[in-house]
Amino acid sequence: MRKISLVQMDAGQKGKVVEILGGAGLKQRLLVMGIYPGREITKLSQFILRGPVAVKVGRSVLALGFGMAGKIILEVE
Amino acid sequence: MIKKIFLVGNPNVGKSVVFSRLTGVQVIVSNYPGTTVEFSRGYFKINEEKIEVIDLPGTYSLEPTSSAEEVAVSLLKEANKEESVIINVVDATNLERNLFLTLQLIEEGYPVVVCLNMCDDMVHRGISIDIKKLEEILEVPVISTCAVTGLGIKLLRERINEAKTKSRAKLSHQARWQEIGKIIEEVQKLKHRHHTWRELLEDISVRPLPGLFMAGAVIYLSFKLVRFLGELLINKIFDPLFFNFYQPLLEKLILILKDHKFLFHLLIGELIQGKIDFKQSLGLLTTAPYIEFAMVLPYLMSFYFILSILEDIGYLPRLAILLDNFLHRLGLHGFAIIPLLLGFGCNVPGILATRTLESKRERFIAAVLISLGIPCVPLQAMIFGLLGKFGGLYVFSVYLVLFSLLLILGIILNRTLRGYSPELLLEIPPYRIPPLFMLIKKLYLRIKAFIFDALPVVLLGVLVINILNFFKLFDFFTSIFKPFLTKLFGLPKESIFALLIGFLRKDIAVGLLIPLNLSIKQLLISTVLLGLSFPCIATFIILLKELGFKALLKATAIMLGVGIIVGGILNLGIRG
Repeated sequence: MRKISLVQMDAGQKGKVVEILGGAGLKQRLLVMGIYPGREITKLSQFILRGPVAVKVGRSVLALGFGMAGKIILEVE
Repeated sequence: MIKKIFLVGNPNVGKSVVFSRLTGVQVIVSNYPGTTVEFSRGYFKINEEKIEVIDLPGTYSLEPTSSAEEVAVSLLKEANKEESVIINVVDATNLERNLFLTLQLIEEGYPVVVCLNMCDDMVHRGISIDIKKLEEILEVPVISTCAVTGLGIKLLRERINEAKTKSRAKLSHQARWQEIGKIIEEVQKLKHRHHTWRELLEDISVRPLPGLFMAGAVIYLSFKLVRFLGELLINKIFDPLFFNFYQPLLEKLILILKDHKFLFHLLIGELIQGKIDFKQSLGLLTTAPYIEFAMVLPYLMSFYFILSILEDIGYLPRLAILLDNFLHRLGLHGFAIIPLLLGFGCNVPGILATRTLESKRERFIAAVLISLGIPCVPLQAMIFGLLGKFGGLYVFSVYLVLFSLLLILGIILNRTLRGYSPELLLEIPPYRIPPLFMLIKKLYLRIKAFIFDALPVVLLGVLVINILNFFKLFDFFTSIFKPFLTKLFGLPKESIFALLIGFLRKDIAVGLLIPLNLSIKQLLISTVLLGLSFPCIATFIILLKELGFKALLKATAIMLGVGIIVGGILNLGIRG
């Protein structure tokens, strides 16, 4: 088990959210879309040059900006 | 007593389709979050009682994060809970995420009916939901529907009366998700099966390299198709109608009007070599309808048809991911591609769509870039109409100037405006195959809006020009603007009318510029000036409404400034 950010994860890798670094506003926005500590998500892809990250949360596919993705810390195998 | 029904739900679950089914009011629907940015109102009857139905913009929770969501949440807050019912539209293929809002609504004491929509798609994706059990757990009526085909809507109407306020303990957000996890485990079953081709395509489009190739192919094909369909409509339908049916009628009218000089001038305009020239005569019955119906409308129809297909399939949010990085340099994020694309049809809906962007700064940048750098279909028809005969290179160079300006201005605005732009956080919807009747309905709505909004303004513009012309009032204006125009832009003094009338509508300017026999350099400068110097009146009004007076002044100053600078540079830089 190690902790890395969503940006550091590989495409296709699964992880469990442990922490969201950032203000209450960001936590709230992510929370209502289903990303919160304890939740398992799968990274689908990462776009080059600090581009967005696509993830699968439950049955939805979400795209997150690079900076936002860097603030999501996950636990991976 | 129920007086009002609110349609509430996450973005892109089909609220507007349910709304149309309930009330018969037609509204524009697409497959991306945030199609509805303002609320729409309609009525329907239960037992002879007329009830108001309000379709709200989608929201993920009762705490808004964009101005479109604010509309939804504030209207809900004002609602009288004794007299209203909430139809909570839920995407059955994504029950888990949708239940967050459902529980929040029930906890807040709203009388809720859950409309489990998109049940047809659920089957394709191997999901089954135990509706009885879900009803027991939520303690509110749950009705499965497929709003696109109308399945289940009748039952939904019948059970609206059953909605009651329930006392459900208010949970913290985190605890609510845990509760939802338990509910899902009890009511939802997933069948494991092989990936379908649709899922494969969905997958490809969110991966960088294949996604890029796909985007290139989609954009190229769309562009080709818009041109092909537009030309087909002109050559096979609109031109024959005008030349074979309408012109003979007008020629009869000419004989009748021969002795009424003023009326002749207003309705027919000038005869060019003794004949009606639809592009130049400039009469209320000649050039005005020809420009709108035979030059602009065909391209508008083909543009909106292709756009509707991309919208309803659900491709646009995928384009948003690809362009996110690039748009960040302009102070926007990927989702801004949707307002920008809509702006190519008409700037007004494009600017309205900026409501889905989170910050004021972003909305300002997007609105200015749309009104300055995105040529709408009427403007594009004008560019082609004026420059097309000189060859594709000239047409291309106008686009190049506009887009480079959009880039430069975006970068400057991003560096100089205070604040920063928020980041992309967007749900990527699954692909859906739109039924043809939905596409045609949407095309009809958009074309109808165009005809009702544009035609009166065009007629007014032509009327004003003709009256000024008839009473020889033009000289007054020309003498004021002459030094400015000739020295700075190298344009003849008469071109001022085309530029001024461009404030009403860009496409009338064609009729004014053609008779001036401008050189190619002058045509190039005047089309660029028309494109970026000043928005048309409809765009102007929407900018005022959306941005407020102060921001409008700022936007106008930017546009005029850029127009003067670029016009001047082009005049100096191109050898005539």
